Amino acid sequence: MKTIKLSLMAMSIATVLTTVPASAASRDHINIVGSSTVYPFATVVAETYGNKSGKKTPKIESTGSGGGMKLFCAGAGIDTPDITNASRRIKMSEFKKCQKNGVKDIVEVQIGFDGIAIANAKSAPEFKLTRKDIFMALAKEVPGKEAGKLIANPYKTWKDVNPSLPATKIEVLGPPPTSGTRDAFAELALEGGCKKFDWIKQIKSDSKAAKKAGDKAKAKELKHKYKAICHTIREDGAYVEAGENDNLIVEKLTKNPNALGVFGFSFLDQNSDKVKGASVDGVAVTFDTVADGSYPVSRPLFFYVKKAHVGKVPGIKEFVAEFTNEEAWGDEGYLTDKGLIPLSEEKRKEIAKNAKDLVPLDLKAE
Amino acid sequence: MSKQYKNTDTIRAGLKKRYAREKRFQFFGIASIFISFLFLLVLLVNIFSQGYPAFQQTYVKLDVKLDGSVIGVSKDSSPEELFKASYGKLIKNTLKEMFPGVKDRKKKRALKQLVSKSAAYDLRDKIIENPALLGTTQSFWFLAKDDVDVFMKGDIDRTLPEADRRIKDFQLKWIDKLLAENRLEKRFNTTFFTAGDSREPEQAGIKGALIGSLLTMLVTMALSFPIGVLAAIYLEEFAPQNNRWVDIIEININNLAAVPSIVFGLLGLAVFIGFFGVPRSAPLVGGLVLTLMTLPTIIIASRAAIKSVPPSIREAALGLGASKVQTTFGHVVPLAMPGILTGTIIGMAQALGETAPLLMIGMVAFVADVPQGILDPSTVMPVQIYLWSDSPERAFTERTSAAIMVLIAFLVVMNFIAVLLRKKFERKW
Repeated sequence: MKTIKLSLMAMSIATVLTTVPASAASRDHINIVGSSTVYPFATVVAETYGNKSGKKTPKIESTGSGGGMKLFCAGAGIDTPDITNASRRIKMSEFKKCQKNGVKDIVEVQIGFDGIAIANAKSAPEFKLTRKDIFMALAKEVPGKEAGKLIANPYKTWKDVNPSLPATKIEVLGPPPTSGTRDAFAELALEGGCKKFDWIKQIKSDSKAAKKAGDKAKAKELKHKYKAICHTIREDGAYVEAGENDNLIVEKLTKNPNALGVFGFSFLDQNSDKVKGASVDGVAVTFDTVADGSYPVSRPLFFYVKKAHVGKVPGIKEFVAEFTNEEAWGDEGYLTDKGLIPLSEEKRKEIAKNAKDLVPLDLKAE
Repeated sequence: MSKQYKNTDTIRAGLKKRYAREKRFQFFGIASIFISFLFLLVLLVNIFSQGYPAFQQTYVKLDVKLDGSVIGVSKDSSPEELFKASYGKLIKNTLKEMFPGVKDRKKKRALKQLVSKSAAYDLRDKIIENPALLGTTQSFWFLAKDDVDVFMKGDIDRTLPEADRRIKDFQLKWIDKLLAENRLEKRFNTTFFTAGDSREPEQAGIKGALIGSLLTMLVTMALSFPIGVLAAIYLEEFAPQNNRWVDIIEININNLAAVPSIVFGLLGLAVFIGFFGVPRSAPLVGGLVLTLMTLPTIIIASRAAIKSVPPSIREAALGLGASKVQTTFGHVVPLAMPGILTGTIIGMAQALGETAPLLMIGMVAFVADVPQGILDPSTVMPVQIYLWSDSPERAFTERTSAAIMVLIAFLVVMNFIAVLLRKKFERKW
């Protein structure tokens, strides 16, 4: 009997509790969502901000760039995130959606670059790849001998792709399609190699020409065709989806010296005793080559601030200031310890100033 | 006569076969138990061997000259000024004095990396506590940076060529010097149990996730136990038999038990966060979603427990003039309680290990502060394990395993309480 009474009491307490939060309209912590690539950097900044200011540490969810934008653009209410991280620039469609939902002023802050490393075990031979090699080895369909015709990818070993490469089986461990790293890898490495074929490049320019001429349907169709050729990764086992966990890929590489892995530069940096990066187009993947842009497989990282929330949620300005502080994102900053590749000093100054003044982004003007 | 003998012979021959069959079955049974234990053992040994180093942490002793003029404060500064000063400089200067002649920019940076970033904040807290320390030289034990810690635990092989090591030769010299002066010490890692999450492995702790799990479980328990048990009691004792609606409800409850948990997350996002406006990432919303998930388990188990109470108990109570409610709550439920509790614990244990539905409601997040209530943003232990396992820093590997150990300990405690309660309620008839 006692237990029943107790449980009834607990139930009534619980029902009371559920009705409370509707009144909790204001928030004392910053709410951040977005890219899993920016996550390690944003979290360090959040922690430093929390320690320095003595205020509550921002909460950061790793939702992926697209997922973050969706939440961010859902509305201007206090229950929506204040900041979203992205490992690519905001898309026109996302920007429009934001505007439509009342998120008018968005401040864009570029924080640096991230390199994507193609690495193998320390004990394995060194790889010197070109983007064309990567495309030929990993695309689902590759151009055959006849121009304008695609054939299913026939290559089994790296030597088949390029005689100067070792005769090992093509086996690449990489992130699954849900990952931003995969998108960037497809866009930067595969497409970069794909464009080397003139007739494929022609499809893209045809698409642009059609768009100019006003034939939207044709432009779209050609664009899709181009993307399908350049971004589709083979599914016959040569590319192994190793999950979102990059540590796992590093672990697998050390056990299998024949395999190559695709992951963010920070993981290569942290595990330099286990794996080594392949050079792409003759450029080795190092801190400096990604920073000066000579390493071709690198991408910019951003975060976006909802201006309407500045002042409503305490600390947003201070957080942005901490992120754009030389101590954080500078050449010697603590973010570089975590693998962020900094911007040039000029650019940092310009962006920091814009961020401080909360200059809203206007995509149409560009 | 002879025919009879023949019969016994066949029976004897058959008997042998039957014994053999029984032996065989017993052998397979023991073999499967043995195999499952073997797997469990391998798993536990693996986790423990990887995780136990995380319970130790390297500390560095530094003699810090607390020169207030360097950072622009004095004994008379207000607490606010003391709070804002950058104590990192004092630590940097101390390190510079200990290792003179470091000119190279890269090496200068490496020098700073001997000590954790938290050292500056520790120093700040100590000075605010006692401003009279300013102007003196004091020895403090600070957390060592994760790389130093990993090295001290023997996970970095100094015989490897320099390029293959995260700790370079010049850093090794520094560490050797510190070791020679007895300035490095491995101690029990209290930070791991008293701190929230951090991106610096040496500062990261499980407390935030532990409290988050606890709060979430409390909400789940407070809701799912009474609702589940009452639903089961009604369906079993009071609901009309052979009613179409009752059948439909029964089928649906059974179906719900098999629904993938992520679906409940989506539901929680739409209903609790979208419609009722419960804050994202709070233990409250996590508990609500997990309640939905555990309810079917509890209802099914409770019904089975109530059903297994012999009808004679009910008949006796009714025969003596007890009402239906009196019979149910005075006799049937107390007898069914051990079974109900078992079902509840199974449901709660499932909920404790769940991450998928929490992804949708924002509990898979970096939360550095330890949650203070059920409305604060928080995360739970399995999520913490997942987040750490995904971090590039080497020192997080051992912390991941250590967190798994804490999670297992949490489960064991929960089960233990359940066993105690069950013992208390158990009745023989």
